[in-house]
Amino acid sequence: MHPALSVIFLTTLIGVGQGLFLALYTAESYHAVGLLPAQSPQFYAAGALLAVAFLVAGLVASFFHLGHPERAWRAAAKWRTSWLSREVIALPVAMGLMFVYGAVHYMGWDLARLGIETGIPGDLTLLVGALGVVATFGLFLCTAMIYASIKFLQEWASPLTVINYTVLGIASGFTFATLFAALFDTELVNFFGGWAIIATLAALVTRLSSLLRNAHIKYKSSTQTAIGVRHSIISQRSQGFMSGSFNTREFFHGASRLWFRYVKWIFLILVFPVPVVLLGLGITGDSQGALTGAFAAQYTGLLAERWFFFAQANHPQNLYYQTVG
Amino acid sequence: MTQLALVIDLNVCVGCHACVTSCKEWNTSGSAGYLSDDRPYGEDPTGCFFNRVQTFEVGEYPRTETVHFPKSCLHCEDPPCVPVCPTGASYKRPEDGIVLVDYDKCIGCKYCSWACPYGVRELDEHQKVMKKCTLCVDRIYDTGLPEDERKPACVLACPTSARLFGDVHDSDSGVSVAIREEGGYALMPEWGTRPANHYLPRRKTHISIHRDELDRYDNPLKKEGELPKPDISEPSLDDVTSW
Ligand code: SF4
Ligand code: SF4
Repeated sequence: MHPALSVIFLTTLIGVGQGLFLALYTAESYHAVGLLPAQSPQFYAAGALLAVAFLVAGLVASFFHLGHPERAWRAAAKWRTSWLSREVIALPVAMGLMFVYGAVHYMGWDLARLGIETGIPGDLTLLVGALGVVATFGLFLCTAMIYASIKFLQEWASPLTVINYTVLGIASGFTFATLFAALFDTELVNFFGGWAIIATLAALVTRLSSLLRNAHIKYKSSTQTAIGVRHSIISQRSQGFMSGSFNTREFFHGASRLWFRYVKWIFLILVFPVPVVLLGLGITGDSQGALTGAFAAQYTGLLAERWFFFAQANHPQNLYYQTVG
Repeated sequence: MTQLALVIDLNVCVGCHACVTSCKEWNTSGSAGYLSDDRPYGEDPTGCFFNRVQTFEVGEYPRTETVHFPKSCLHCEDPPCVPVCPTGASYKRPEDGIVLVDYDKCIGCKYCSWACPYGVRELDEHQKVMKKCTLCVDRIYDTGLPEDERKPACVLACPTSARLFGDVHDSDSGVSVAIREEGGYALMPEWGTRPANHYLPRRKTHISIHRDELDRYDNPLKKEGELPKPDISEPSLDDVTSW
C-alpha cells in the first residue's frame, strides 16, 4: 500500500495522546490507592490538555486524507458495519472525555457537587478518567481494526495489528509523559519513565512478532486465482494503459527495495533501543535533554514504523498491475 | 431477486479495448458528471476509468496463449467494499444487485478501494469521489431507448460479443445458461466475495481421430478416384452410385 502522510501522522499522534492520557490516569489511580503522592490539579489539567492537543493534531492531519473533508460528518453514519465510522465516533468521544477530565481536575470538582457523597477524594475525576480509559482503548481498537479487518490485506489481518497499535501508542505516550513530568518537575519521572521502558520493551516483542509473522505469509491470491486460469506460468503482458492510474498510485509504496529495508531498521532502532537508553539516562541523570531526545527519537521512529506498516502490506489488486505493457 | 451482471467470454475477447472506450465515452457524458483525465495528450496521461482490458500470457514460448482480460467491478453478491464505507455512499441496490457509489455522500476516504480485492474502484482525482462501474444504470432502464439498446455501453460496443449481460439469478437467462454450460467461474473465490460477474474460460475444440477412421473400410484396395458411375437404370445404393 502507498503510505499516506496524513494517516501516518493521524495514527501516531493520536497514539501519543492516548498513551499520555493513560499515563495520567495511571498516576492518579496509583495516588488513589496511596502508592504515589498527590499532584497539583494544574499538572493533570495541563497533561489532559496536551493529550487533547495530540488528538486534535491527529484529527487535523486526517482531514488531509479526505477528498471531501467538508462532508466528514457523514462518516459517523455506518458505525454498525464500518470500523472507520466507529473511529470517527470514538475519536471525539475520547477527546471530549479527556478534556472534561482535565477540566474537572482544574476546577477541583468532585461528586459531592452532584449531591453524591462517596467520601473518596477526587471521585469525580476518577470516574470521568475511567470512562476516558474505556474510550481510549476503544479508539485504539477502532483505529487498528480499520486495517486488521480487511482480510485480504494479509499483513494486517491479525490481532497483532491491534496489539501493536495499542502498545506502541502506550509506549510513546508514557515516554512523552516522562518528559512532561520532568518539565513539571514532579517526582513522577521515575514512575512514568519506568513504565515507558516496560511498554517500549513490550512493544518490541509484539512488533517483532508481527514482523516475523509477516515474513512467513502464504498469500492466498495469485495471478492464477486473479484471472482464473489454471497454469503454473502466467505473466502479465499489459495492464491496459501506459501511464499510472489510481490503482498504480494507491497500492504500491513506490520506494526502492533498499530504502524499504532501511526503514525497517531505522524504526527498529529509533522506536526501541534508543528511547530505552535515553529514558534510562534521563531518569538516572535527571536530564531533560535526554528525555526530550527519547521522545523525539521514538516519535520519529514511529513515523517510520507506520510508513513501513503501510508499505509492507501487499494488496491482491497488485496482481493485476504487474506490467505496464 | 435480481442480480444483474456481466459474463465475459475470454474465449472470444480479442483485446480491442472497444468496451473501454465506449464505457469511458458513455460515462464521461452521463448525468453523474465527467470522468476526469489529466494530460490526456501529454507525456504521462492518467485518468479515471470503470473498465480496463489487460493482457496475460499463459505458458512458456513456444507453447503460449494470450489471454485478453477485461476487468471492471464484479458487483459482488457479498461486496466487501460496502460495509466498510463509513458514510453509506457505497451501497448495493436490493432491487437489481448493482453496487453503486452515491457521489454526493462520498467523502473520498478511499477505504472502499482498499477493501476491494480486485482493484476496480478508481478515485476521480478532480471530483475527489470514488468511482466504479455502474453497469450503466443510467441506460439499462431508460425506456427512451429501443429495448435492445438497454444494455451497458461495453456490451453494445463489443465487436465479438464477448460480453453478455443479464440476470444471473434467473436460471433461464442467457448469462445463467452460459455460466452453467460453458464453465463460467468467479475471480478470486478465496475471499468469499461471490462476484456476480463471471468469466467463461478459454475453450479449445479438439477432435480425436482414430486409425480406422483414416482407413476407408469401404475402399479396401485403397484405390482413389472417381467412383464407378453405373447407368441410371441400375439400382441405386449409397456409396456405390453417385447420385
Ligand atoms: S468488485 Fe470490488 S468494487 Fe465491485 S462489488 Fe466487488 S468488492 Fe465491490
Ligand atoms: S471513498 Fe467514498 S464510497 Fe469509498 S468508503 Fe470512502 S466515503 Fe465510502
